[in-house]
Amino acid sequence: MNIVVCVKHVPDATADRRFDPADSTVDRAGVDGLLSELDEYAVEEALKLTDDGEGEVTALTVGPERAGDAVRKALQMGAHKGVHVVDDGIHGSDSVATSLVLAAALEKLEFDLVLCGMASTDGVMGVVPAMLAERLGVPQVTYAAQLSVEANQVTVRRDSDTAAETVVASTPAVVSVTDQINEPRYPSFKGIMAAKKKPFDAWSLSDLGVDPSQVGLNASWTAVISYDARPPRSAGTVVVDAGDGGLKLAEFLATQKFV
Amino acid sequence: MSEILVLVDHADGRVRKTTTELLTLARRLGEPSAVHIGAGADEALETLTSYGAEKVYVLDSPDLDAYLVVPKVEALTQLMQSATPAAVLIPSTPEGKEIAGRLAIRTGSGLITDAVDVRPGDQGPETTQSVFAGSYTVDARVTTGTPIVTVKPNAVTPEQAPGAGTVERVDVAVSEAARAAQVTDRQPRTRSGRPELTEASIVVSGGRGTGGDFAAVEAFADSLGAAVGASRAAVDSGWYPHAFQVGQTGKTVSPQLYVAVGISGAIQHRAGMQTSKMIVAINKDEESPIFDLADFGVVGDLHKILPQATEEVTRRKG
Ligand SMILES: Cc1cc2nc3c(=O)[nH]c(=O)nc-3n(C[C@H](O)[C@H](O)[C@H](O)COP(=O)(O)OP(=O)(O)OC[C@H]3O[C@@H](n4cnc5c(N)ncnc54)[C@H](O)[C@@H]3O)c2cc1C
Ligand SMILES: Nc1ncnc2c1ncn2[C@@H]1O[C@H](COP(=O)(O)O)[C@@H](O)[C@H]1O
Repeated sequence: MNIVVCVKHVPDATADRRFDPADSTVDRAGVDGLLSELDEYAVEEALKLTDDGEGEVTALTVGPERAGDAVRKALQMGAHKGVHVVDDGIHGSDSVATSLVLAAALEKLEFDLVLCGMASTDGVMGVVPAMLAERLGVPQVTYAAQLSVEANQVTVRRDSDTAAETVVASTPAVVSVTDQINEPRYPSFKGIMAAKKKPFDAWSLSDLGVDPSQVGLNASWTAVISYDARPPRSAGTVVVDAGDGGLKLAEFLATQKFV
Repeated sequence: MSEILVLVDHADGRVRKTTTELLTLARRLGEPSAVHIGAGADEALETLTSYGAEKVYVLDSPDLDAYLVVPKVEALTQLMQSATPAAVLIPSTPEGKEIAGRLAIRTGSGLITDAVDVRPGDQGPETTQSVFAGSYTVDARVTTGTPIVTVKPNAVTPEQAPGAGTVERVDVAVSEAARAAQVTDRQPRTRSGRPELTEASIVVSGGRGTGGDFAAVEAFADSLGAAVGASRAAVDSGWYPHAFQVGQTGKTVSPQLYVAVGISGAIQHRAGMQTSKMIVAINKDEESPIFDLADFGVVGDLHKILPQATEEVTRRKG
């Protein structure tokens, strides 16, 4: 089974994330980045599905030069091959354009299964997996908390808003996974050394036959009008419990008309 | 005035509060047309009309429930072609966002997700989003196609304003392609009788600090008429079901009041509650980052504070 895992390089959530004032895009150069934590679950699941030695795991990313680090981390965890679609024309792409590039790369790769994280930790849109399925014309099953693959069929258990569901679909398919599905491994020393020798291709838009006028900031179907740092919440009152903490809390809630 | 399509969010035969919020927002932009997909439209009609639906498109077929997302995308695509709306508003649930994503590609329309406000602008609807765990707000608009916007719960206070509520039944033909992912089993969650987490005006959440004592958290929540939430640490410990997790990989809540009990305030937790209007924290560690967000905090042992607060709230309510 050939699995492609879509991995995204994102600004570190614990760093000071910000926008680039030049064009109101997410600042991906001035802030430390890493493999989106939620994509580690997808990498881990792909490795588990192929640990019988059958099939191959390819880590795929679309993003600037540094985004290659996301693929490198996946290779260190155990993915077999890496692909990085990198092209200046991609800068500023929204999810519609990103999904176009990812889909073109996926069509060039052969896959039985595409695994994604449930959402990226920077945009938190959670729309790219559905968009990929739309573009590739294959079934989507998202938010998998459990996944099994047998004889050209995926079975997923997922928690929807109102119910626990079992969903089946035929392969090839796009599946996104949640942080409930597994415990991602840490790269071992051996894994880190081995990763350096694994195949790692860089593809441009022309390698994929994607028309540059369809991607990037100017092709975006949405526009940022303005952005603003939210003022930090003003410091509140903190009391130390001296036996009456619960009473003071109730008193506060009463003055705020919650009681 | 142009039509504004509003996808109705309903569960267990009941229209969710987000729908009345979306109808309220839609009235700012044009004439709301509610799109009710699945069973239960007759029961929904009164609510939809009283919140301003001029039209109610009713699409009902068992296929719409048995398969995920795509049948709804096909239905909305069909309506977008026939009604040529000025915008489409969809609730920001996981499914809502996926419907919106596919609809955007299918109809060549720009997509904005997780809006916390929508208003008319010179060049079409303008939206506000809260990003980077609530540390920035972004105003944006759609530049191509029909604006498709998913809107978070509690973006606006729903206001009634009766509409005509003219029912139009629409035939749906669910394509073979839309049957690709089939739901083979569905176990509805047992309802707690408490308000729904994402809709509630008060949420009381418990974390690792509760040591698993959610009875005390629930009792306090009940004294306030609140919903109960949990941190991932509490969920991972098996103390509370995942459906109640607040944070990056759980629910995002934006209530009038959020009470964090025995929760440290990690960035992933904050991502799900930072836009709450008022935040109260109980934590024994005065250095805990949750106090940076709190409008009111009590430093101390929650096992002592919570029961006392519950008793006092109950007494005051008489
Ligand atoms: C990819 C990813 C996704 C995540 N998604 C989420 C998410 O959606 N939601 C989420 O919540 N977390 C999420 N997390 C986890 C997050 O990083 C934290 O680990 C988690 O929020 C911690 O939960 P907590 O605050 O309950 O526990 P802790 O951080 O252990 O805090 C417990 C607190 O309780 C206090 N305490 C202990 N005993 C008492 C007492 N007797 N009285 C009063 N106070 C007491 C302590 O002082 C401490 O501050 C995610 C992490 C990752 C990596
Ligand atoms: N630029 C990208 N490169 C590779 N994968 C991506 C990219 N953007 C999104 N994805 C995948 O799509 C998932 C959801 O992303 P999003 O819709 O942006 O929240 C991520 O977890 C990734 O698996």
